[in-house]
Amino acid sequence: MSHDMEHPPLSPFPAAARLALADTQLRANLRHATHTIREKRDAAVAEVDDWQALRESGRAIKERTLRHLDSHLLELEASVTRAGGTVHWARDGDECNRIVADLVRAHGAREVVKAKSLTTEETRLNAALARHGIHALETDLAQLIIQLAGETPSHILVPAIHKNRAEVRELFLRSLPQAPADLSDDPRALAEVARLHLRERFLAAGVGISGANFAVAETGTVAVVESEGNARMCTTLPDVLITVMGIEKLIPTWEDLEVYLQLLPRSATAERMNPYTSLWTGVRPGDGPQEFHLVLIDNGRTSVLADEVGRQALRCIRCSACLNVCPVYERTGGHAYGSTYSGPIGAILTPLLVGVRNAPTLPYASSLCGACYEACPVKINIPEVLLHLRQQVVGAEGPRTREAVAMRLLAVLFGHRQLYERAQRVGRLLQAPLARRGMIRARLPGPLAGWTDARDLPALAAQSFREWWGRGR
Amino acid sequence: MEVLERLGVTVEFPATQTCCGQLHFNTGYGPEAARLARRFVETFAPSELVVSPSASCVAMVRGHYPRLAALSGDQGLIDAVAELTPRVLELTELLVDRLGTTDVGAYFPHRVTYHPSCHGLRMLELGERPLNLLRAVRGIDLVELPGASECCGFGGTFAVKNADTSVAMLTDKLRAILDSGAEVCTATDSSCLMQIGGALSRQRAGVRTMHLAEILASREQHAAGGSPSGSAGASR
Ligand code: SF4
Repeated sequence: MSHDMEHPPLSPFPAAARLALADTQLRANLRHATHTIREKRDAAVAEVDDWQALRESGRAIKERTLRHLDSHLLELEASVTRAGGTVHWARDGDECNRIVADLVRAHGAREVVKAKSLTTEETRLNAALARHGIHALETDLAQLIIQLAGETPSHILVPAIHKNRAEVRELFLRSLPQAPADLSDDPRALAEVARLHLRERFLAAGVGISGANFAVAETGTVAVVESEGNARMCTTLPDVLITVMGIEKLIPTWEDLEVYLQLLPRSATAERMNPYTSLWTGVRPGDGPQEFHLVLIDNGRTSVLADEVGRQALRCIRCSACLNVCPVYERTGGHAYGSTYSGPIGAILTPLLVGVRNAPTLPYASSLCGACYEACPVKINIPEVLLHLRQQVVGAEGPRTREAVAMRLLAVLFGHRQLYERAQRVGRLLQAPLARRGMIRARLPGPLAGWTDARDLPALAAQSFREWWGRGR
Repeated sequence: MEVLERLGVTVEFPATQTCCGQLHFNTGYGPEAARLARRFVETFAPSELVVSPSASCVAMVRGHYPRLAALSGDQGLIDAVAELTPRVLELTELLVDRLGTTDVGAYFPHRVTYHPSCHGLRMLELGERPLNLLRAVRGIDLVELPGASECCGFGGTFAVKNADTSVAMLTDKLRAILDSGAEVCTATDSSCLMQIGGALSRQRAGVRTMHLAEILASREQHAAGGSPSGSAGASR
């Protein structure tokens, strides 16, 4: 992968997970949140008779589009330009941030209002703007909570899923002047304080920044799907709108949108239809922003496209269903993944985007239970991609690691019947001092301690099946 | 073994068999796994049907061998895999689909709960097969496992590489098993049983694990007995 060296390596997942697992409040918050949404999603999906056919269309449209992404992108550029917008191309996060900062500075704005966007989280746009003295105000409620707390999102759809309302109440009391001293932790009261905080800033803002859920190549229409209505304010009130979008978000036709507008809300929030769907095509005199910029960003996506197995990750519509059903995510939370994209999709997308060398533990952050694949509305076979990436990690780490040597040895044992049988006999001798009533209870050395620290290990039987069989039973 | 012979199946156990290569493939060692796959295919080529009491091994063979073979670029292996994989069955598939039976004449007077392993549930889609077999066992008191479809946290080397997360998942599974009131937890996959059984034993929980095949093999004569199990080539 060409961009391997530009990214600082992420901290290892097992260590980060260990810290998160010890946080009992986090565990309780996550367990409650994921189990609630799981049940609701199951019900919302069960209502649709042709859900599997819909999933299949969702998969097929994206796959076809990705195969001809270059020509579709040019079509999108032409459509947006025709409708009065301007298209910018960004190779990576830095270039994207530079383009956005230049546009904001050209309008002399000191503050911009932002709709929730994972792509600008990926490029760390807010920090880049701050270096130019520009404050980016997050307007999505959960994203605002994260911003006030100085944290990063721990869930791709519900960035503050790791916080409960008592924690949010304390945060608001500390950081929002609009918060009354007797603020309750009722979600409605909390939202009201945030609304007071945001409303005046919306009206004053000259520049709005958003991400995009979809962009239709044939018409140049951009779509943003949300629950709160704040993204709609960001995209309609300011005079200038800048939308940052990964190149994989494109769909060819207006008709294709219909499929995803059915798949996304049921998978994401278990709703039949999402509360706000904003669609705009370029600019219209006297109505909404009078200047529209669409920044199309690569940032590793073309190298993902070149990976025959991995490219399916680019079908992702960021619904978060895979996170919500994942038994690992449920227990570690999103921060353990160390990147914008967490959960099962993060475990494949992050190494694909930054190179496996820089995220070698993420492909192993899964028990391969397959719940993510089953839930994914665009049928991304996440376990398949995880396995594919594991082969790449082993390739990148070379043949001399302890694990690689052990694995080769095992393969040799498994490859020769006599060696295998002899190893069983040797194993039985070695375990003799440790085994009690068929179980090994002692702490084993090296990586096996990870097993015996919490579990007994069944000892090898006094007579193996093959010996029993061989002796005529 | 006993169950199959009781049903009139001729069972062979080719002694050259070892491991299907799942451990290697799942950890990222494709070439080693491909060598083991080749060995597996050669060993079992003469068998009419290949049955395994481990859902994840069957999932490895049926789900991943074709891709491993394609990666090796060896046309001979590709063909051999395509020829063999439809004949590789998980035990409950053989019993229910091929032999058309759910009542194998077993007797097991204990309270049992069933953990559907992830590979059996989602890759092989075993569905109700194991439960139907259990329901037909005489004397059994089959109780539901809360949150049954959740992973036990084994995941091969995951249990070692991410031991903390694996144990957190396992703890919730144990709680569900204890809540079910069962004295025996059964599954179609030895790896889940090793994970669950290892923790039950460590915690002196008073619940034991048994493979589904062991329960199906139990009869009046040996009310709590079992039979050893392994992969075997079967022909009727
Ligand atoms: S991978 Fe699939 S399930 Fe996960 S967020 Fe993307 S579209 Fe949703």
